[in-house]
Amino acid sequence: MSKLQALTNTVVNWVDDRFPVTASWKAHMSEYYAPKNFNFWYYFGSLALLVLVIQIVTGIFLTMNYKPDGSLIPGTNVSVAFNSVEYIMRDVAGGWIIRYMHSTGASMFFVVVYLHMFRGLVYGSYKQPRELIWIFGMLIFLCLMAEAFLGYLLPWGQMSFWGAQVIVNLFASIPVIGPDLSVWIRGDFVVSDATLNRFFALHVIAVPLVLLGLVVAHLVALHEVGSNNPDGVEIKKNKDPKTGIPLDGIPMHPYYTIKDIFGVAVFLVIFSYVVFFAPEMGGFFLEHPNFDPADPLKTPPHIAPVWYFTPYYAILRAIPSFLGTQVWGVIGMGAAVVIIAFLPWLDRSPVKSIRYRGKKFKTALVLFLISFIGLGILGAKAPTELRTILSQIFSVIYFGFFLAMPFYTKNDPGTEPVPARVTETNTSRQLAFLMYVGIAILGSFVFAKLV
Amino acid sequence: MTNQVDNSKRRFLTLATGAVGGVAVVGVATPFIASFFPSERAKAAGAPVEVDISKLEPGQKIDVEWRGKPVWVVNRTKEMVDSLAKIESKLTDPDSNGSDQPEYAKNKTRARADKANILVALGVCTHLGCSPTFRPDLAPADLGADWMGGFYCPCHGSKFDLAGRVYSGVPAPKNLDIPPYKYLNDAVLLVGEDK
Repeated sequence: MSKLQALTNTVVNWVDDRFPVTASWKAHMSEYYAPKNFNFWYYFGSLALLVLVIQIVTGIFLTMNYKPDGSLIPGTNVSVAFNSVEYIMRDVAGGWIIRYMHSTGASMFFVVVYLHMFRGLVYGSYKQPRELIWIFGMLIFLCLMAEAFLGYLLPWGQMSFWGAQVIVNLFASIPVIGPDLSVWIRGDFVVSDATLNRFFALHVIAVPLVLLGLVVAHLVALHEVGSNNPDGVEIKKNKDPKTGIPLDGIPMHPYYTIKDIFGVAVFLVIFSYVVFFAPEMGGFFLEHPNFDPADPLKTPPHIAPVWYFTPYYAILRAIPSFLGTQVWGVIGMGAAVVIIAFLPWLDRSPVKSIRYRGKKFKTALVLFLISFIGLGILGAKAPTELRTILSQIFSVIYFGFFLAMPFYTKNDPGTEPVPARVTETNTSRQLAFLMYVGIAILGSFVFAKLV
Repeated sequence: MTNQVDNSKRRFLTLATGAVGGVAVVGVATPFIASFFPSERAKAAGAPVEVDISKLEPGQKIDVEWRGKPVWVVNRTKEMVDSLAKIESKLTDPDSNGSDQPEYAKNKTRARADKANILVALGVCTHLGCSPTFRPDLAPADLGADWMGGFYCPCHGSKFDLAGRVYSGVPAPKNLDIPPYKYLNDAVLLVGEDK
């Protein structure tokens, strides 16, 4: 043993006596056994963690030059806040790239998280014994939505202002307490400097703290029960009698750390492309009216939320007001998010993975996917009569997928027995995957063009 | 002294500590929750606004900012005022029974009787707070052949007539609010105060 190694050992032993560094490394990395059949869908958990780090680091540097001040610069109609964002973009060295990383990161966060959630849906990762992982995940999703909404006000552009105006007024539609509640949220009778300041505080301190705590809880719960996999086989049921290591398990490090590094590389290529060549993404990542400073007297001609909120916004618009109140749309939009958290108890199927599910579930899943993407496309467009009717149909399918789940997952014909051990992938599975992705993308484009 | 644990005393102390601690939490939370309400300065920032209407031509509209919100002042032509009676069948609340306005504006023109041609309305849609667009043009392509002029909300498609009364079948539930206002003299309007 060289002297350097001896020194390293001494230091590690010294720390281990005081803090479990080696034990933690083993428990969560080098001796944490994950199923060996992880596929493409299993990249998105670690990618979400990467985007979280990107958002925190870029966010810290943005706060160094951003000013949450809605007051107007004398003699102009431009606020201090709007101007400080322009200042970051034009005068701060490296400011534009930091801001575009942050704005692109916000959208990519939702891309990654939606795919991560879809993975959970197709492989039944929310099912017993992983219900709490799913609940923590849903709370993370809620925090993420709050974080995105709060952050969108900060540039104090036209879309920031009127988006916040509409969303805060949703709360005003709640009977009895609504009007006071909306004043309480804004801290003023209109969206104003007071609103901007509190949204800034919540965006940079309160919600990120909660988010980090929930991410820790999500991972602790995951490492307690172990990861699910594309076959939905519990690998802990088949352990090597001598070592006690699951036969279908491989250590997280080095196997999945290396796999995830590959995923990170591919992801960063896409991320960089957006940052450098399409930071506005045609108005989907950064909406064009937001390049105009906020004007409380003039609403832009077409206001729509950023793309990741459009499915829920379409549900909001699809539900008409009746009984003299429009609270129903607000309830519908909230329920559309909350209902996802109940999946572990709505799903009565004896199997987890889509690979062994019956025909009814597969049909329902396809319909759900169509309705979710369809609502997303409709929510980004101005309402017409046809679009409203389509939104209503899709909303019914969306809720039907969840509410009817206890019935169609029970005794679903075509359900196959789950094998004892995980299976290897094959060419026909890979081709089918590519075909489904192709159909989904092509179908979305055709629908967006036609509707 | 005995070695026996007095469980009932423990339970009492646990409950008492919990109750007193709970009261303390509520007490401490109060200023934090209260701080979310509008500050005294925000409450005081509702000063009335004077508007010169001597140069307001018939058919013209100007925007005034009052309490951070847009207030419209429209000098309606005689044809515009006459058109109000013709569209009442298409309105949700033609007599403004379920809408908010001062008593002197609760009439067919929704304006003070001495200057019935001048509309003073809060330019905030009663649906979700967007500011509707002034569309005085008759029968435009996008609003239909029977459009008699009025206001159109770009956010969710609510329509209002030239007295700020809402059409039926649109998301907005009630007519546009009319703020308190009075005329200081023939040329000066005061928005925000009527006494």
